[in-house]
This record gives sequence, structure tokens and C-alpha cells, in this order.
Amino acid sequence: LAKVYHTHLCFASVYHAACNGELYSRPFIESFEETPMLVAVLTYMGYGILTIFGYLRDFMREWKIEKCHIAREREEQKDFVPLYQDFENFYTRNLYMRIRDSWNRPICSVPGATFDLVERSSNDYNWTFEYPGRVVKDVINLGSYNYLGFAENTGACATAAGEVTVKFGVGMASTRQEMGNLDRHEELEKLVASFLGVESAMAFGMGFATNSMNIPALAGKGCLILSDELNHASLVLGARLSGSTIRVFKHNNMQSLERLLRDAIVHGQPRTHRPWKKILILVEGIYSMEGSIIRLPEVIALKKKYKAYLYLDEAHSIGALGPYGRGVVEYFGLDSKDVDVMMGTFTKSFGAAGGYIAGRKDLIDYLLTHSHSAIYATSMPLPVVEQIITSMKCIMGKDGTTIGRSRIQRLAENTVYFRRRLREMGFIIYGNNDSPVVPMMLYMPAKIGAFGREMLKRNIGVVVVGFPATPIIESRARFCISAAHTKEMLDRALDVISEVGDLLQLKYSRHKVLPSLDRPFDETTYEENKE
Amino acid sequence: FELLFHSRDSVKMAAGQQWVLVEMVQAFYEAPAYHLILEGILILWIIRLLFSKTYKLQERSDLTEKEKEELIEEWQPEPLVPLVSKDHPSLNYDVVTGPPSHRIIVNGKECINFASFNFLGLLDSERVKLKALSSLKKYGVGTCGPRGFYGTFDVHLELEERLAKFMRTEEAIIYSYGFATIASAIPAYSKRGDIVFVDEAACFSIQKGLQASRSFVKYFKHNDMEDLERLLKEQEIEDQKNPRKARVIRRFIVVEGLYINTADICPLPELVKLKYKYKVRIFLEESMSFGVLGEHGRGVTEHFGVNIDDIDLISANMENALASIGGFCCGRSFVIDHQRLSGQGYCFSASLPPMLASAAIEALNIMEEDPGIFRVLQDKCKHMHKALQGTPGLKTVGEPLTPALHLQLENSTGSRTNDLKLLRAIVDYSLDRQIALTLARYLDKEERFLPPPSIRVVVTVEQTQEEMEKAAQCIREAAVKILK
Repeated sequence: LAKVYHTHLCFASVYHAACNGELYSRPFIESFEETPMLVAVLTYMGYGILTIFGYLRDFMREWKIEKCHIAREREEQKDFVPLYQDFENFYTRNLYMRIRDSWNRPICSVPGATFDLVERSSNDYNWTFEYPGRVVKDVINLGSYNYLGFAENTGACATAAGEVTVKFGVGMASTRQEMGNLDRHEELEKLVASFLGVESAMAFGMGFATNSMNIPALAGKGCLILSDELNHASLVLGARLSGSTIRVFKHNNMQSLERLLRDAIVHGQPRTHRPWKKILILVEGIYSMEGSIIRLPEVIALKKKYKAYLYLDEAHSIGALGPYGRGVVEYFGLDSKDVDVMMGTFTKSFGAAGGYIAGRKDLIDYLLTHSHSAIYATSMPLPVVEQIITSMKCIMGKDGTTIGRSRIQRLAENTVYFRRRLREMGFIIYGNNDSPVVPMMLYMPAKIGAFGREMLKRNIGVVVVGFPATPIIESRARFCISAAHTKEMLDRALDVISEVGDLLQLKYSRHKVLPSLDRPFDETTYEENKE
Repeated sequence: FELLFHSRDSVKMAAGQQWVLVEMVQAFYEAPAYHLILEGILILWIIRLLFSKTYKLQERSDLTEKEKEELIEEWQPEPLVPLVSKDHPSLNYDVVTGPPSHRIIVNGKECINFASFNFLGLLDSERVKLKALSSLKKYGVGTCGPRGFYGTFDVHLELEERLAKFMRTEEAIIYSYGFATIASAIPAYSKRGDIVFVDEAACFSIQKGLQASRSFVKYFKHNDMEDLERLLKEQEIEDQKNPRKARVIRRFIVVEGLYINTADICPLPELVKLKYKYKVRIFLEESMSFGVLGEHGRGVTEHFGVNIDDIDLISANMENALASIGGFCCGRSFVIDHQRLSGQGYCFSASLPPMLASAAIEALNIMEEDPGIFRVLQDKCKHMHKALQGTPGLKTVGEPLTPALHLQLENSTGSRTNDLKLLRAIVDYSLDRQIALTLARYLDKEERFLPPPSIRVVVTVEQTQEEMEKAAQCIREAAVKILK
């Protein structure tokens, strides 16, 4: 119980950027409400009961009282060292399997604002699935990362990609440095550089691999990497593969980062006290599990003061933040030249696949010659490249229409509206007011499965996350708002969420927000200042 | 400890009586003195631990604030990246305009393609392109999510089923990036403390997978089964010293079917014998041999007639013979299913775009309908290998059956940069005469056993006899002119 109380004290309620006022040009409102004490206790009890039942089930399976569906090792290899330890899979066997139908749901249409799910059922409590062949149509999609609504099969992007498929084919069969470098790739890189306002850029075929293959090229032995507590697995893997020393600072906590920087420079490397070769700070633009936005002005101020380098992973924030969709740097009104390495992915806001790194020309020249991906991995397929070029031009307004601009505005409006309505209903929502990723707390393990299933019954597809992606008592449902969602869809979704919230008693929040007058969006936020 | 003492006292009282507070207090008075003293000391110790500060390992030197500020002022980091000179050999890429198929336009010149891994010629197949187009019209381009969160499409499930059926295994799993396939598969099974025996010529993605897994890695000489057996015997002797530890350490052998760096085939039957003798599991990487070796293109297991269940995991990328993008692993469900929750490149990354999956399915269809192309490809490989023998100054490295062989300098100049310059001159000469070749690229400082510089020559089904003769002739002329 002492530990439970301690973890709650770590979360502040609401933070206004009144201090450091000159660094922020707009209010920075983030909140992570405390877990109510009763809920925490009940959640731990729930996990305890599940663990006891898990041991009971294992016992019954061992003694053949219950039918065992687990795949087994081959007879010929029974005397080999076991491939998995039994207790490693305890959580998977006994807790995850029971609610496995909330994940890996197959779909059979475009992952747009609505989609069609393939119906699947299970007769043996989720050990095996059957597909009767029916389709659940027009399920509202609150799970896919489709922030600007470019996941579509009609329109300019799809037509361009289609033409390229017929003309160029799909595969590449060679690496960038060998025979896989097409003129389209170089055009894409120039476009990305101009989109972000930097000197040059380089594109890669997979977002995860962009981090795990390029961080080792930038940092090595004798370097220090300062990484946020809640960084994505690709950043953690890249940091580990680089061989540098890694120190972790508390999530979005600038005092913790400053203390680590001071300690590092003053004391040098452990034991030998030699000075560090360089210090690289790894942060993300929007953290997708918390919905929080990095405090970029403060990070840049710290980086300049202590001469460190900043690696910004904008996987979720590129295209989704800022009045022109240029990401978190534009959102705070900062200069993109202050960020040493800007990284991002094309999967979320551009409806394609792949990642990029952008920055100064010498950085990109170095990556062109030393990146693992350029030398050993196949280059990006052309239909994907075409989709990115067309969607980026649309966002920039270069195709002559205002579709891009209107989508960005609609996303911002939808985000603010959705978050406000959920808060008014009494749910605990984490994160920044402007982030299109909305985590809603569920806490109890049974509610994870129940929420996913009840929402699907009412034709809404949501994403629920539990341990190990989140701390054990903080399981949540995560909504991703899209510019393709109309107000009617959002209203319908909100009504259903409220209904299910009452059914499952999810309205934990003790800070009641008074409902404001019915003005779904705040027009003043994005007015252009005419100097 | 407490309960033990109390239970001894309770034996004096009636067994089976429930604990009541009064009796607890009575037991407290009746307990012997040493018992109370011991318990008192324990409680005091717990209180002390609760209130003592945590012990920090790093020594705190007593520098004044001013000294700290000075140190911070003085510290100068290295530049983020070292400067790359303008004429670095890998800085200027060859630019391809137009589709990367059999006839390819490189740097403005139209050439015959001897450099892309398009073994079965499926990059320009009309059927594959149309299938991809219809998939694009249905699903769009991107999947907007990882497999766990609405990123699983019915085409992914279909592709996994088809691959498992084609390779005659129980299950298959797809990745969206060829490099990430084996690099995510190895760390999912092999953890810190486990032992992996790897061939020296293993490709870079295997090396990255091993680095991510933090296991002990032991390299054996390329294709040398005696060296491997020696290492296995040494390990067995170690195990006998510590049998309890040996019972939990997992052991793996990682080999490639057809090595990309040396273009030869691994001796699979001997490996399977060693597997059962020393109880090690085999992971087979088949990127170059899938769709090339074997009667039906099932790879090196079919080539040698080895039972596929004897291999624990087969991993391959779909970027060579299947002319799509991505990779897959196949094997028994017992092994493959684990990656669905612990393969990093699977769980934390967006899934393969559905149009690429449809293209791969159609390519598989073509492979299944016409198994004669594998024979044709193997004949062409043998022909090319023979045609390139006897080139003055260059030696052909690779087996006759391999579709991607290397041409290395017979006598090296002594410096790698000069060797690369000579080979690049040969490549440029061939490009001028409409033969597209490429240098094999490596990351010099990161490769564990850096292969010597070489030119990569790729044989595809679409090349005709005349074209192959022309290429061989051109390379011979270049070698005579440049390497004299």
C-alpha cells in the first residue's frame, strides 16, 4: 500500500506553463490525474485473483483435468533445453489469452474513418479462432493512426500510386547504394527537406528500422544517450545497439534531464572520468501511450546551454500538430534548425509506410554513406513513395487545393472537441489538450476486455492496452482522432462511450469539468497573425 | 519466522483451534525471552532500513558550484557526425530512372540488369502489377497501425497461410521489412546467457539480431563443420562442469541457406546431424535460396531433401525471388507463435502495406503454377558461372548454382580503397557498354568479418544466353584493360 501511495504522488494534476513563460508562446496544458485509491486497491486485488486462478488453471492443465491447447515441442526434441521458460508465458497463457480477441482484429477495407471488420468467433475461450465469413460493416474507427485521413483508396494519392504501380511495379530488389536508388527517392527526400524547413533529408523503408539502424551510426562507445522514460521500443533498441551509455530521465521532466546533463558533464564517464565524446538526447514529439507532448522549448534551451545534441522522433506529431502540419517544432513556433536530428514516420499522417531523418547536409551525407539501411536493406517501393509525395504536396498546398489545410484544421477541432466532451463526461483522460492521441483510463483488467467487446457490439472499434505496454495498474483505451471523422461520427462515438462508461463504471474522474456552451471548436487558436 | 515460532507454541494448545487475539497475547507472554529479543531486533532493523537513504554507487566528489560551472563551460563535444569528403566512394549513388526491371536505365544509359536480385523476373510481371493495383483500389496504400491494433488485413492472414502451405510448415509470420525479419526473430528466442553458434560469413542483419539478443556468440569458420563440432564439444565439456546451469541455457546455430557474402551453400545434412548429437536448435536464413534452390523453389531444405520439421525456424525475405517487400519466418506453431508477442519488428511496427502482400501472393501463385522456372534459373546460373571463369585478374567466388556471385580481384593491390577504385572502374566500363553491374556494399567498420571487395553479378530468368555472353565478354575486356 505504501508503494501504491508513492506512485500516485508522482503525478501532478494540472500544469500550466506560467513559469518559463517566455519560452512558451501558447498555454501548455497537460494533465495526468491521480489514480483514485480505491480503484488502485481493487485493481491490485483483481490481478491477485487472476494470478491465483492462473495457478489453478496451470495445475488443472498439468493434471489433465482441463484440456490443454498450448502448442507443444516435438517428440524428437523433448530432451533439448526448453525453448521457453514456463513462468515467462504465465501472463500470456492465463491473462492475455482470455481477452485476446480485443487485439489483432482483422479488417477487410481501407482503415479510414469507418472500416469493415472480419467477424471471428471462438469456441474454446480464444485459443483458436474461426472465421464464419461474415463482415461487420461500417465500424467507426477510433484505433488506426490516420490523423489526416490520407488512408483512402480514392482521390489524388491513390490514383498517383496506382499509375506508378502499373508503370514501375511493386518491388525494388536492391539496396539504395547498389541498384535501388531511383530518381523518385531523391525527389521525395528533397520534398521532405522543404516540408520540414531543413537542408536535406533521407527516407527509409520502415519507421522502426529508421531508429534502430541510424542511432547506432550517430552514437557509439564513449557517448552518452539521455532517453525519456517512456520512449518507444525502436528508440530503446537503437540506443542499445549503439553501444553508448544510456541514462533515463523521468518522463517529460526537465529538472530530471537538467540534473542528468550536469552530472554527466561534471563527472564525465563512469570510473575513468574522461569527458563524454557527445551527449545525445532522445525524445519523441507525442508519446502515444500517454498522449503527452514533449516540452520542446525547454529541451532546446537545455540542449543549447549544455551543448548536447537533440534527436526528435516525430512519429505521431508530424502532420498532426502545428497550423501547417509541420509537427511539434511548428506547434511551439521554434526554429527547425535547433533540432539536430529530426526523425519521423510516414505511416501515421501520410497514409503510407516508412520513415525519414532530416537535418543539416553534413548529417545526411554521413547517413548516406554509413547508414545500415542504405547499405543492407531494400529501398522503398515506388507506390509508397508516390503516396507520400502526393499527400505531402497536398498538406503543403502545392497541389493547388486547400484540402491539406482544411484537414489540419479539422483534426485540431476534432481533437479539442473530443477531449473536452470526454472530460465533461467524467472520464480520466491523460495527456495534452492538443494531442490527437487520447488515452482513457480503465485500470481494472476485466474492464480491458469488456470495454473492447462492448464497444464492438455497438459498432465502434477501439484500441485497449494493458500490461506490459503500460504499467500494470494503468491499463487504458486509446482513441486516435482523425481529420476524416465527421462531427456526427464523433458524437455517436461519444454517446456510445458514455453508455459503456456507465455500464462498466469507468467515470472515475473527481475533477468535474463544467460543460461549456455548445461551441465545438475554438476559432481563435488558429487565426493567422497579420503583421 | 514469526509463524514458525507461534505454531510451535500452538501445538501446546489444542490443535485446530482458531487464532483469537487473546490467545495471541497469551502466547506473547508465554514465549521465551530470546524469542522476544530477536523479534525486537528484527523490527528495529526494518525501521532503520525504511528510513535510511538509498546508497548511491557513484562517488560524489566535493566540487564547488563555481568549479562545476567552469567544467560545464569548458566541455566541448565532438561534432555530431564526422565530415564526409565530397569524393567518398559511397556518397554519389547511381541514379535509376524508370522501372528497375530487366532493362534498366542507370545514370541515363539503358542497360541490361545484372545487379538487382530479381531472380525470377517477377518485378515486371503484369499479373503481379494488376493484382497489386486491385489491392490498392480496395485498401489504399498504408495500414496505419501495427498488427495488434487494426493493422491486420485479411490479405496478411492469407499470405501467411499460403507461405506456410508452400513451405509445408505449420505456420508463418510476416514482417514489413526484410532486414528486420531475422534481426527481430533471433532476439525473441535467444536471451542473455544463451549461446549462439554462427558462421563467420553471416550477413549483417544476423549480426544485428545477435547484438540485440545479448547472448554469447561463438563464430565458426565458414562452412567448416569440424570447427563447429570442436566448439560444440568445448561447450559440452563446460556443461558437464555445471549441469544445473546447462539445463537452462538455450543453444542455437544460425546459418544461411545460400550465403550472400560468399555465394555458397551451407552443408545442411551435416548440420542436422550435429543438431541431434549436441541438442542445438537450428535457425536457417534463406533470403537468397528461397525461390531459387530445390525442385519447387522451397529452398535449401528441398535441395538436400532434409525434413523441414528438423529446422526450428526458417526466415527469408520476400524482396529477392518474390519481388515484393518484407520478410517472413516459418516453422512449427510452437516456435513461430512466440514471435507474435515478442518479435520487436512485428509488434511495434506498422504492418506490411496490403498491396505488397497481394503482390507476394500473386508471385507465389506464379511460382506454384510453373515449377519449371527454377530449373531454368539453375541452368542459367551454371551457364553464367562457366562463362565468367578464366577472366584475367578476377576470380569467380560462388557455387555454380548460385544466382548472385562475386567477382573478386585475384591479386589485391594491398589497400581496400585502391581495390574498390579498380573494381569501380570495371563497373563504369560495363555501364558504358550497357551492362549494369554493381559493387557489393558493406559497412566497413561494423562488419565483423569484412569480405574482400567484389563486384556482384546477378543472374535472372529473364536474361538470354546472348546477353549473358555479352556480359561475360564485356567484363573480360574491362579486366584486361583496367587490371593489366
